Amino acid sequence: MANKSLVKTPIPELQPEIRVTNFSEVALGYTPEQAKEEADRCLGCKKPPCVAGCPVGVQIPEFIAKIQEDDIEGAAEILKSKNLLPAICGRVCPQETQCEALCIRTKKGESVGVGRLERFVADATLDAAPPPRPAANGYKVAVVGSGPSGLTCAGELAGRGYAVTIFEALHKAGGVLVYGIPEFRLPKAIVARELQSLENLGVEIKTNSIVGRTFTVDELFAQGFAAVFIGSGAGLPSFLGIPGEAYNGVYSANEYLTRINLMKAYEKDARTPVQRAKRVCVIGGGNVAMDAARCARRIGAEVTIVYRRTEKELPARLEEIHHAKEEGVVFKLLTNPLRIEADDKGWVKSLHCQAMKLGEPDASGRARPIPIEGSEFDVETECVVMAIGNSPNPLISQTTEGLEVNRHGCLVLADEESMLTTRQGVYAGGDAVTGAATVILAMGAGKTAAQSIDQYIRADRV
Amino acid sequence: MFQITAKAFLNPTVVKMSVHAPEVAAKAQPGQFIILRADADGERIPLTMAEADRAKGDVTVIFQIVGAETTILSRKNAGDFIEDFVGPLGIPSHIEGLKKVCVIGGGVGCAIAYPVAKKLHEQGTIVHSVIGFRNRELVILEDEFRAVSDLLRLMSDDGSVGEKGLVTNALEELILAGEKYDEVIAIGPVIMMKFVSALTKKYNQKTVVSMNPIMIDGTGMCGGCRLLVDGAVKFACVDGPDFDGHLVDYDLLMKRNSMYREHEQAHLCRLTGEGAAVVGK
Repeated sequence: MANKSLVKTPIPELQPEIRVTNFSEVALGYTPEQAKEEADRCLGCKKPPCVAGCPVGVQIPEFIAKIQEDDIEGAAEILKSKNLLPAICGRVCPQETQCEALCIRTKKGESVGVGRLERFVADATLDAAPPPRPAANGYKVAVVGSGPSGLTCAGELAGRGYAVTIFEALHKAGGVLVYGIPEFRLPKAIVARELQSLENLGVEIKTNSIVGRTFTVDELFAQGFAAVFIGSGAGLPSFLGIPGEAYNGVYSANEYLTRINLMKAYEKDARTPVQRAKRVCVIGGGNVAMDAARCARRIGAEVTIVYRRTEKELPARLEEIHHAKEEGVVFKLLTNPLRIEADDKGWVKSLHCQAMKLGEPDASGRARPIPIEGSEFDVETECVVMAIGNSPNPLISQTTEGLEVNRHGCLVLADEESMLTTRQGVYAGGDAVTGAATVILAMGAGKTAAQSIDQYIRADRV
Repeated sequence: MFQITAKAFLNPTVVKMSVHAPEVAAKAQPGQFIILRADADGERIPLTMAEADRAKGDVTVIFQIVGAETTILSRKNAGDFIEDFVGPLGIPSHIEGLKKVCVIGGGVGCAIAYPVAKKLHEQGTIVHSVIGFRNRELVILEDEFRAVSDLLRLMSDDGSVGEKGLVTNALEELILAGEKYDEVIAIGPVIMMKFVSALTKKYNQKTVVSMNPIMIDGTGMCGGCRLLVDGAVKFACVDGPDFDGHLVDYDLLMKRNSMYREHEQAHLCRLTGEGAAVVGK
C-alpha cells in the first residue's frame, strides 16, 4: 500500500538543548516501522531517475522494495553490492543534491528519504556474518590513505582476490571519517565496524606509515606491489592570509577538529588539549565550518559563523545549517574578516570585519561579495577557526618521479575515465585529485580506480 | 607497538631512549624528527632524532621531562612498548659542502645539535662547538661533542662547569677573534636561538635555527606549527624544521609554545601529585 504523504517520515533526533551538552549522535535512525512507512513512499519507478544521481550506482528502488517486503538482508545485499560503506554514506552523503534531488516525488512534496533508508538497512545488518574471503589471485596492491576513496578501492580489490595493504599516516585508520567528521554526525564505532569488515575481507591496514616520508611510491613497487592507488585526500589547510593568523587561539578547522575528534579533546581527562574559549568565530560556510561550529558549541562556547555571502550561498548541506541553528550557532552573514587582533600576550581578542553586499556572479557562478566602504567593525572573540578549504598534501607528489600536479596541487589524471595518473601503475582519486569534495564522490573514484587497476593487472598477466 | 631497546637518564630531567622502528631508522637523516604517542590515550608529540642505527633498526631520541607526556614516557623502560612512532618527518638539514661551521647547542637542544656536529665532522667540515647549560648537573653529551669538534667551548650560567657565561658570549668572542663560518647552526631554547640570531645578524654571519613548535600530525595537515618567517606563514613540519635564523619571528613562536601551558600544568599535577615545578621552562 503506497504511502501518499508529501513529506518524509521524520527521523527521531536528540533535542537541541540536550545534544549541545554531549557528542552523542544527533539523528537516531528509523525504527523498522518508520523505515517501512518511508519505504512505502517509493513508487518503484521503472526507469528510476534517482540512480543516475548516485556516484556509485546503488540500485535504489530495488533495495527499497526489499524493505517494503520486510526482507532487510535482501535489501542489504543489493545495497552493499554497490556501496561498501553504507552505514557511513547513509549518514554523511549529501543525498538532497544527488539521488533524492532526482526523485520523482519531488515534483510534488519531498523526495523519498533514500539516505535514511540506506542508514537503516546498514545499521540493521551491521552484525551480519561477513561474506567469505575470495580466493587470492597472487597480486599485491598498495592503497595510500584510509579515507573514503582508499577504503572503497581497497574493498573492491580485496573482493576480487587482491592482497591489499592500506598505508595510513596517522595512528588511526579512517582518514577524514575519524579526524574530521565529528562523533555526533558519524559515530566512530560505525567507522570501526566498516573497517573491521574490510579487514575480514583480508585488507591489511598499516598505520603510522607516511608515503612520501616512511616509504616512497617507488619503494612500494620495489616491495612487489603491482599497482598503487593514491587516496591521500586534501589535507593541507588554507588560511585567509590576513594579519594575526598566527596568534594563540587561531586554528585551522583541521587542527580544531583533529584535536576534538581524533584526539578526543572534548573528554574531561583527555591528554590532548583544545582551547576552551568562551566565544568562537568560525570563518567559512561549508560542512566543515558547520562541524567546527557544532563541536565548539558542545565544548561550551558561544559560536558565530562568519561568512561573506548570504545564507542562500552557504555551501553546507541544509540539514547541517538547520542543526547548527537549532543548537544556537549564530550566523553573521555578508561579513568578511580583515584582521585578527590580540592582547599583549598574543591571545586573540577580536576579529576585525567588514560588511559586504552581493554583486554580479563571479567565475564560480555565485554572486561576488563586494566590500561596503566605511562599514568596518569588531567582533569580540577568544578563538577563530578557519574553515575555508583544504588543498592536497604535496608529500607524495614531491617524492614521486613522473607524478604531475596542477596549480592547485591536485594530482593530474592522464586518463579521467580510468583514474590513471601521469605515472604508469599509479591511480588516484578522491580529494587528492578533485580538491576538497564529498565522501561519496571519493568513494565513486575509489571504486572506478579499483576496476581500472584490476584491468591493468589482468592485461599484464596475459 | 614499538619496543624500547635502551633507556638512560643523561641528567635528572633529560632521558635518552632508543626505540625499535626499522622503517623509520632506514630513512632517518640529521635534522629530521619523529612523532610518538607513549600509550593509547597519549598526545602526539614531536621529537627530533638524535641517532638512527640502520643495522639494528633503532632510532634514538633525547628529551627533557617538561610535561605530562614526557613524564609518562620517561617512566617506561627498556623492553616496554610505546604505542605509536612515525617518521622520519621534516626536511633534513642541508649541510653538504660546508667547510667551517659553528654549532651552538643549548640545554637539551644539544641532543639535536650533536648529530649535526657529528655528520659535519664525518664529512670533513671544521667544527667549532659552543654548548651551554644552566649548571654542571645539567651537562649532557660533553664528551661526544668534544670528539667531533675542532674547538669546544663549554658554557654555564653559574660557572659551575666550563666558563661562566652565555653561548652568545663565546660566539661573539670567536667572531671578534676573526673566525668566519659558512654557517652558524643554533639549536636550543627559542630565547637562545633568538639571541644567537640577533648577534650573528650584527656581524652578517649566516645562521640556521631548528624550530620546535606544537604540532599534531607532522605532515602539514593541522597547521598548528605555523611560524612567521620573513613575514610569511610557514609550517615547521613540512617547510622546516630548519630556517634562516635571521628571518624567524621568535617572539610569536614563544607565545604560541605557551598556548597549552595551563592544561599541561593541570595534567602534570595529577600525575605527580605535586606542583608543576618542572613545567614552564
